[in-house]
Amino acid sequence: MAVDLNKENNDVEVLQKNNILVTTLEKIWDWGRSWSFWPLNYGCNCCPIEMLAASAARFDIARYGYEVFRASPRQADLIIVAGPVTLKMKPILERVWAQMPEPKWVLAMGNCATSGGPFKDGYSILPGCDTVVPVDVYVPGCPPRPEALFHGLLELKKKVASGQYTHRR
Amino acid sequence: MLQTEQLTINIGPQHPSAHGGLHVEAVLDGEVVVDAIPHVGYVHRSVEKIAESRTYAQFVPYTARLDYLGTHLPVIGYVQAVEKLAGIEVPERAEYIRVIMGELSRIASHQLFIGSLAIDLGATTGLLYCMRDRERIMDMFEMTSGQRLLAAYMRIGGIAEDLPPEFLPAVRSFVRDIPKMIKEYQGLLYGNEIFQARLKGIGKLSAQDAIAYGVTGPNLRACGVSYDIRKAEPYGIYDRFDFEIPVGSNGDAWDRLMVRNEEIIQSGRIIEQALDQLPEGEIRAKVPRVFKPEKGKSVYHRIEGAKGELGYYIVSDGGEKPYRLHVRAPSFVNLMALPLVSRGGLVQDIIVNIATLDPVLGEADR
Repeated sequence: MAVDLNKENNDVEVLQKNNILVTTLEKIWDWGRSWSFWPLNYGCNCCPIEMLAASAARFDIARYGYEVFRASPRQADLIIVAGPVTLKMKPILERVWAQMPEPKWVLAMGNCATSGGPFKDGYSILPGCDTVVPVDVYVPGCPPRPEALFHGLLELKKKVASGQYTHRR
Repeated sequence: MLQTEQLTINIGPQHPSAHGGLHVEAVLDGEVVVDAIPHVGYVHRSVEKIAESRTYAQFVPYTARLDYLGTHLPVIGYVQAVEKLAGIEVPERAEYIRVIMGELSRIASHQLFIGSLAIDLGATTGLLYCMRDRERIMDMFEMTSGQRLLAAYMRIGGIAEDLPPEFLPAVRSFVRDIPKMIKEYQGLLYGNEIFQARLKGIGKLSAQDAIAYGVTGPNLRACGVSYDIRKAEPYGIYDRFDFEIPVGSNGDAWDRLMVRNEEIIQSGRIIEQALDQLPEGEIRAKVPRVFKPEKGKSVYHRIEGAKGELGYYIVSDGGEKPYRLHVRAPSFVNLMALPLVSRGGLVQDIIVNIATLDPVLGEADR
């Protein structure tokens, strides 16, 4: 069916009815990004063990397409902050975050990364990693089960697909 | 003669083989390691200071977060230390359940050791077999306490709840499958020629050096020293079980792996005996919610953790909170042997040495 592009009532809905999609490239990219995060291999306590369990055969993070754990921050677009951020670790986290190419997202895994958790009273702990990096999704738990991590990742997927993530250029 | 310059590179703290926040300052001459200095403290959570503001019972969950690979062992060490301090008798059944849970934790820790060693050597598939079997232990922990990894199942004076009916058959079938698991690891992993070449003769530690450095646990036994606190100074009810202490001969990375591999089998034997002897009865002694040990009394209690001698030193000032609590962390002490075993080796062997010394940074930094 021919569509007259010069006609005035050519709004998006009419175009869609005629199988013409109107979008911006950014939206397509965001949709694509949401299907394959490349998480950074970062973590410093109990939570990485559950992350490891999530990537092993039983829970199998590869079902969602998020299994490409990268060792270098320059190849990753998602940092799963698993474990507490100590005063000594803070500059490292800042530097790792700065090294990651944009667009990039943060998932705070576990109570320590969310709020300081049980160690909040300690003298060497920051009350959550959101004091250092902009967090998109918080996953509570001490440690969260692998299923909880997946839930967090799928929430992040929704957020990224809609373009509503925290750290935008 | 070719003149070379020394080069310092930093391994970690963000590194796939850093085992969670370990920073190694490696001084290299070409590919040969001149020195490898471990820097710890990136996961320092001030646990010992927090202990001073918690009652004895409130501190129980924190201990699980020290060595999160052998979940129950640090908790057992702590509650036993407090029981020693306050003079509390633990019911028989609780003691047996503690042994079963402790040995399951040891197996879980050693399985993760084998899996992460395989990853560090580039054999990513090796992890999958170990994690598959480890999940069965996680299931058993979940059955008893509702938490997979950090089950604070132990209480001062006993355990939190009695075993559910499905627990005992699950443990029995798991213990029955241990030889099969080991055989599978042997066929899929240990038999690999590259795997052996990366481990045999690497990171040798002599018995004298190990003792001088205070190295304990499987790392010490790999050097040929038959020393296990479960035998040398039996705590709880460990004097009732018949098991062997596996020892190595060379003290190299391969022996450290083999000793742990053998320990899985021995732990299975202990669990089997404990299941056969498991009595009925009370699971928890009557302990007041708030209790105050005698003023000025102090206690040092040590157990054979998954990594070595895990000790708790507690001083009481007569209040409901400890005046001072110190953890003798085997990971920290074992890690200090890293420069010794790495010197003169190649840069790739630093990773092998970190992995086979098996430090848990949560415990080393505390």
